[in-house]
Amino acid sequence: MDRSLMQLEQLVIHIPDRAPGSPLSFTVEPGQCWGILGPNGAGKTTLLHTLAGLHAPRSGNVHLEGRSMAALSRREIARRLALVFQHHHDGFPATVLETALIGRHPFMRPWQLETAEDLGRARAALKRVDLADLEHREVSTLSGGERQRLAFATALAQDPRLYLLDEPVSHLDLHHQVALLNIVGEKVAAGHAAVLSLHDVNLAARHCDHILLLYPDGNACWGPTADMLLLPVLERLYGQSLVQGEVDGVPVFLPTG
Amino acid sequence: MNRLPISLALLAAAGLLAMGVSLALGSVPLSAAELWAVFTGDGAPLHRTLVLELRLPRTLAAFATGALLAVAGALMQVLLRNPLADPYVLGISGGAAVGALLSMLAGLATALVSGAAFAGALLSTLLVFGLAHGTGSWSPVRLLLTGVVVAAGWGALISFILAVSPGAELPGMLYWLMGDLSHARNPVMGWGVLVLVLLIAWPLGRHLNVLARGSLQAAALGVSVRPLEWTVYLLAALLTATAVTLAGTVGFVGLIVPHMLRLVLGNDQRIILPAAALAGGILLTLADTLARTVIAPQQLPVGVITAMLGVPVFLYLLHRSR
Repeated sequence: MDRSLMQLEQLVIHIPDRAPGSPLSFTVEPGQCWGILGPNGAGKTTLLHTLAGLHAPRSGNVHLEGRSMAALSRREIARRLALVFQHHHDGFPATVLETALIGRHPFMRPWQLETAEDLGRARAALKRVDLADLEHREVSTLSGGERQRLAFATALAQDPRLYLLDEPVSHLDLHHQVALLNIVGEKVAAGHAAVLSLHDVNLAARHCDHILLLYPDGNACWGPTADMLLLPVLERLYGQSLVQGEVDGVPVFLPTG
Repeated sequence: MNRLPISLALLAAAGLLAMGVSLALGSVPLSAAELWAVFTGDGAPLHRTLVLELRLPRTLAAFATGALLAVAGALMQVLLRNPLADPYVLGISGGAAVGALLSMLAGLATALVSGAAFAGALLSTLLVFGLAHGTGSWSPVRLLLTGVVVAAGWGALISFILAVSPGAELPGMLYWLMGDLSHARNPVMGWGVLVLVLLIAWPLGRHLNVLARGSLQAAALGVSVRPLEWTVYLLAALLTATAVTLAGTVGFVGLIVPHMLRLVLGNDQRIILPAAALAGGILLTLADTLARTVIAPQQLPVGVITAMLGVPVFLYLLHRSR
């Protein structure tokens, strides 16, 4: 029995006008937190969308709980994984609570109304991200960071086995960055798994157990965090000279010059 | 959701009231008691003829037309993630009118006229949505420009068809341009289509709520976006075509009604769709009553009234969306 949550087989993501680069082959097991690092335009978002089945790969396969992504319906996928987008478009008025509640959508029959349990899950998710007091607020009045936490709360209400998070902390203040990644850590410790793209190498060093490095030319390498976060590797990845230190036994990287 | 029964009950009561007002007002005004007598079977024969044979079909047609257009507008707005979408503004009504006129010129039967109107509406929908889509998402400016230009094109075609039509038929055909209910006689099809579409669309309400968040977000939450979008396209085109065969191209109902309702009720489509049907019916019933009575004995096309209401609302929405 294959207990891996997600398996990538020779996966090459489709980015127009770019050489295919190196194919990705690894598995995401329950209890793992994968960080994706790479400069702007390296394909982090495209990869996450491909893993969620929203974007067809150029070649290769993704398996979700042992079944080919192509064979699963959208609804079956949404019951197993949640994708938190980097950008949010709110074309129509909606409250914070309504927005968290749509995370329950994949689990409801077409004519079914939201139950008390669905509401409870949505409220609990809002509480986790410190938005409980804002549940009646219009989404359009939220700050960038609050909107991002709300998107994560929608994923929490969805309660998937696999979280795909596209720069989940990019707009958050320092406290909420750590708070959100700690929630991810709790979920992972409880047997869920997460794949998240980050810009902050030091957060990745502290919160991720596996790292995938994406280079702008399409090449990639991956492995346990300790093997991947090495000074020369990161300097080549970002094209930026860095200095390395150590705090609490975790490497810390700072840019120089 | 807990606001659904009370909102709909209030709107339904208002709808009955609006129809009552519409039936009572006219060249021979009736009191509430006289109107009640007609429906209980013992009114004066003149009143019976006036209400049951002349005013009732028109009132029912007005209500159905308004309901059809408002639901069509609400559906298109979700489809395009844009509160400015409306079957008239985007040229869908114009396409339906051209289809209907061409088939009438060709001397086709009534059922085929409706079919031709549907084909025209569908063609126009595909044209506008296809052209406005381009490579990226639907930007409001691109969408509106495409719709306005397509609508202008249909308007020119309608003028051309009217110009080459026999002169005797002109007064009866002009209403395709402006929207007029004085020729609407048989509201049965309108009501039938309305009920059918609501029965199909209401269970999709929660999917539509998710779709309103954007197609990628909807797909990530388990919605099969393409089939849903096609269903909504077809429903909106069917609604528009049916409204146009009843009353010509009445504008802006699909714009005003969902906008007002969203301000009060939020954007849950399970509430908005049935509420739009009722509120759209109320709006057009009252607008048509006004059109019949304001400069009586002459009658205004009802499209004049809705345009006078709709243009300011549209400009306000456009101004705010910057």
